[in-house]
Amino acid sequence: MMNVDAWLQGAVADAERRGLPELKPLLEALAKSVTAVRAADFNVNASSDAKPGHESR
Amino acid sequence: MTIEEFGRKLRAREVTSAQVTEACLQRIESDNPRLNAFILVMADEARQQARDADRQLAAGHDLGPLHGVPISVKDLYDIRGTATTAASRVREGHIARRDAPTIAHLRQAGAVFVGKTNLHEFAFGTTNEDSAFGPARHPLDPSRSPGGSSGGSAASVAAGMALATLGTCTGGSIRIPAAACGIVGLKPSYGEVSTEGIVPLSRTFDHAGPLAQTAADACLMYHAMLGDVGAVPPAPMPVKGMRLAVPRRYFCDLLDDEVRARFEEALNRLRDAGAHVADVDLRHAGDIAAIYLLIVLADAAEYHAATLETMAERYTPPVRLRLEMGQYVLAEDYVRALAGRDVLRREVDAALAQHDALVLPTLPIPAPPIGATTVKVGSATEPVRNVMLRLTQLFNVTGHPAISLPDGHTASGLPCGLQLVGCRGQTDVLVRVALGCERYAMSGSSPRSGRVGG
Repeated sequence: MMNVDAWLQGAVADAERRGLPELKPLLEALAKSVTAVRAADFNVNASSDAKPGHESR
Repeated sequence: MTIEEFGRKLRAREVTSAQVTEACLQRIESDNPRLNAFILVMADEARQQARDADRQLAAGHDLGPLHGVPISVKDLYDIRGTATTAASRVREGHIARRDAPTIAHLRQAGAVFVGKTNLHEFAFGTTNEDSAFGPARHPLDPSRSPGGSSGGSAASVAAGMALATLGTCTGGSIRIPAAACGIVGLKPSYGEVSTEGIVPLSRTFDHAGPLAQTAADACLMYHAMLGDVGAVPPAPMPVKGMRLAVPRRYFCDLLDDEVRARFEEALNRLRDAGAHVADVDLRHAGDIAAIYLLIVLADAAEYHAATLETMAERYTPPVRLRLEMGQYVLAEDYVRALAGRDVLRREVDAALAQHDALVLPTLPIPAPPIGATTVKVGSATEPVRNVMLRLTQLFNVTGHPAISLPDGHTASGLPCGLQLVGCRGQTDVLVRVALGCERYAMSGSSPRSGRVGG
């Protein structure tokens, strides 16, 4: 599974390559949502980005 | 004048559809330059439809509660022979070949279409600021947003340019502008009302529904949209004994002080009238925004993929950027968000198992100034978009029916909204709850800005 940091780095680089550097803050905000969803206890398989201590279903 | 009042006067021969339609058209002519609520005014067609409605009624053909009623339509719905712009230059040259099923049903019900209303481009925003036609403006204070994305629709009813209107709702786009403008907005249960012939934003979350001046009018519009033209509003659910639940954590954490005061006052009036009001907790409420964002971004990016490739410069820059962002959502994260949706749906179902409705504010803040990107709520400064979606988006994620009722106004005269949420597939039951609660929600008279007939 691609971790969030690697995903964000790739997305920002792609946006800059496409001439859309203003996407960077939006992608950083999106990364927070991705991290939150992966860390949620309903996603037991998304462990690498999960916050420690979250209960599993 | 409400739809119900109009119907009584029409059938008593005190008014004609032509007269009331003309009054709406005159109000559009005088106020639309200030409010920019309409993208297209269909004056000639509306006058002809109204004359036809009057002739039919005189000949004994009564089509039901919507007969001769002048309404406006969000410019996301197809009306045959007119452009569906979605408030975007991307749609230049489009002409609808046929009516959306909801429009066809309203046409059969005798409704008169006065025009197509402004919106946030492709319904992808909560303020109505990003529109190829310029922002729609709030009827009570044109320096402010009427909310969105169905902002022109709400403004058109609040300003007396139509008796009711059609909106769409992906994260709150019916309830948010209804609350901001002091009218009623009904988002039916997911999948109940056809979204065919309506430009999509997120097929996972899109809903079609009405905005109107009263819960009864919203009910009449809702049934007409379904093709159930003869329906009359159900009996109100008695407030005495009604079981209401307030999801306080998260939903009441970030509220403007005056919005909070209006909400607590409404709860007190409902308690005084005999309602049982309890608190409930939705355990994953903190995940709502993240789940919503991943799904709506990816859905929107999928629909817009081709035009982002070929005509990206035609979008307004903020909407284009949000659509571009959606192209980076990974499939695996989309699937995780769908799992979160299922969890949230079960939690809302469970909260409703012992209650007739959830009750919460609709909009954490009064209508924001046009151009504001952040808003101060208590000690927190937050993005306007996030704050405006905060209390409504959950019920697009889960599909539960939800309605916003006027809930008084701030000291400066800006409306507040009270939101009620019912069980999935039971929009009619929610309407009964709303009919019961409506007069307890409205503290004193909400400011009206010259609606037709007062």
